[in-house]
Amino acid sequence: MSLIFDHVSYTYSIGSGYETKALSDVSLKIGEREFIGIIGHTGSGKSTLVQHMNGLLKATEGKIYYNGEDIYDKDYDLKDLRTQVGMVFQYPEHQLFETSVFEDVKFGPRNQGLDEQEVTLRAYEALTKVKFPEDRFDQSPFDLSGGQKRRAAIAGVLAMKPAILILDEPTAGLDPKGRDEILGMISDMHNTVGNTIVLVSHSMEDVAEYVDRIIVMDEGSVLYDGTPSEVFSHYKKLEEIGLAAPEVTYLMHELADRGIPVDVNATTIEEACESIAAYYGRTGI
Amino acid sequence: MMREITIGQYYPAKSVIHSLDPRVKLFGTLMYIIALFIANSVSGFVFMTIVLSGIIIMSKVPFGYMVKGLKAIVVLLVVAGLFNLFLTPGIPVFTFWKFSISMAGIRGAALMVFRMIYLIIGTSIMSLTTTPNQLTDGLEKSMRPLSAIGVPVHEIAMMMSIALRFIPILTEETDKIMKAQMARGADFDSGGIIRKAKALVPLLVPLFVSAFRRANDLALAMEARCYNGGEGRTKMKPLSYETRDGIAYLIILIAFIGIIAVEIFRKKIGFI
Ligand SMILES: Nc1ncnc2c1ncn2[C@@H]1O[C@H](COP(=O)(O)OP(=O)(O)OP(=O)(O)O)[C@@H](O)[C@H]1O
Ligand SMILES: [Mg+2]
Repeated sequence: MSLIFDHVSYTYSIGSGYETKALSDVSLKIGEREFIGIIGHTGSGKSTLVQHMNGLLKATEGKIYYNGEDIYDKDYDLKDLRTQVGMVFQYPEHQLFETSVFEDVKFGPRNQGLDEQEVTLRAYEALTKVKFPEDRFDQSPFDLSGGQKRRAAIAGVLAMKPAILILDEPTAGLDPKGRDEILGMISDMHNTVGNTIVLVSHSMEDVAEYVDRIIVMDEGSVLYDGTPSEVFSHYKKLEEIGLAAPEVTYLMHELADRGIPVDVNATTIEEACESIAAYYGRTGI
Repeated sequence: MMREITIGQYYPAKSVIHSLDPRVKLFGTLMYIIALFIANSVSGFVFMTIVLSGIIIMSKVPFGYMVKGLKAIVVLLVVAGLFNLFLTPGIPVFTFWKFSISMAGIRGAALMVFRMIYLIIGTSIMSLTTTPNQLTDGLEKSMRPLSAIGVPVHEIAMMMSIALRFIPILTEETDKIMKAQMARGADFDSGGIIRKAKALVPLLVPLFVSAFRRANDLALAMEARCYNGGEGRTKMKPLSYETRDGIAYLIILIAFIGIIAVEIFRKKIGFI
């Protein structure tokens, strides 16, 4: 599995007087088993970028290749691409429509043309994976809490078993507990299933903890693309564009500036603890 | 994909026409429509063409954008034009098989087609250069006298501005839900009528749910800010005339007298 962006640009509403250039000259390569975080300020083009990944938006310039095939080719099957590149939109609960949660989750796999037994199995699997309470499977999706709706909607995409799963701010509007649960669940899934995951987020802390590659978007172009510690080493520049590195990065740099030789590349609290403890001659906490 | 709809669409630009008071533009549009029906000859339409070109150039809206609205009525234009062409009685100038075309037919068809095209372009300039808010403000103020005879002018204007405000919101929402369902493999364009209608369910249900949610939110937000109708309500940007509006009224009147004069004069000397 590979997804390649070759000098992709996109402009909204061409010729209407409201033209906005949302992407300019983006080149990327996404490979097998990656866990990628896309970060950027509001309006930096994150959602626009990910909507190109399954062909919902057509680049105004440039090409996109999935497994080596040009997805803008005349006889390329975009419907098939969409079953391989699953996409959970911002506020996915707004797309629920069926009479029951279970039926709603079945919508995706059914569109894939699977037989009814397989569809049911997939829906059951997906709902369990997102830890949706089993006694509510038959409830109307409109009578659920915000967090439950979110889970149901995510399950609706998981049930299609995509090779790449894209989540656009899956934690927007959730409380810290709900956020940790959703992110934890996504991370677990990555570890067990091993599919590629693209996670769009505002928050560095969220992303730093789980992903192994970060793409920073700024005004429609890729500013940085690398491992979390590479990206966070530019913490001054990140601040300039309205983002912040995780607290840990600041702490470690502060300590280093004061002459304590800790690892400034630590990106999570655990790594920072290790490094500081190691300096004081202890291992672990 | 839903953004092709051009009803009430505004084209942002800095032009004289954009900055005119909406009441002037409403009045101008009305006079323009009447003038189009007064114009009844080649000379009349030459005059209208000059007026319209002047307005188009002043509005700074790209011409291509203006004629977009015409696409929708091409079929209507062709059919109406053909009917006029063949079915107008008169001395035939051109005959084949059972059909004959008279001079009066050619004239009638040409006038009709031009009238419709000019009507659409002229009125779309109005909506392209006036924001929906300005438009309803202008309407509300011009119709104010009617409230004396019990017409709920303020309520009508409020409903209009809410409806207009919701068009872009709902198109955006439709676009979003459509994309979300397409990402789950929904297919909106293939199959027969029944399949297509069925495919709309995943789009329409969330759309209605969201429309009701938004209407509810809006009602709450209005109540929370003590909205209780138009009585004693003031405006953030009250409409007020400036010198250029006076000049515009004058130009509109002169142009209107101009078209009447052209038509009378042409008849007198028997010009086309
Ligand atoms: N449907 C649209 N029509 C016109 N312009 C749009 C549309 N969607 C987004 N834009 C514009 O494109 C730019 C990028 O928007 P995008 O939604 O990709 O940002 P984002 O990074 O996802 O922001 P957020 O974090 O707020 O979700 C913005 O300037 C936005 O105004
Ligand atoms: Mg976004």
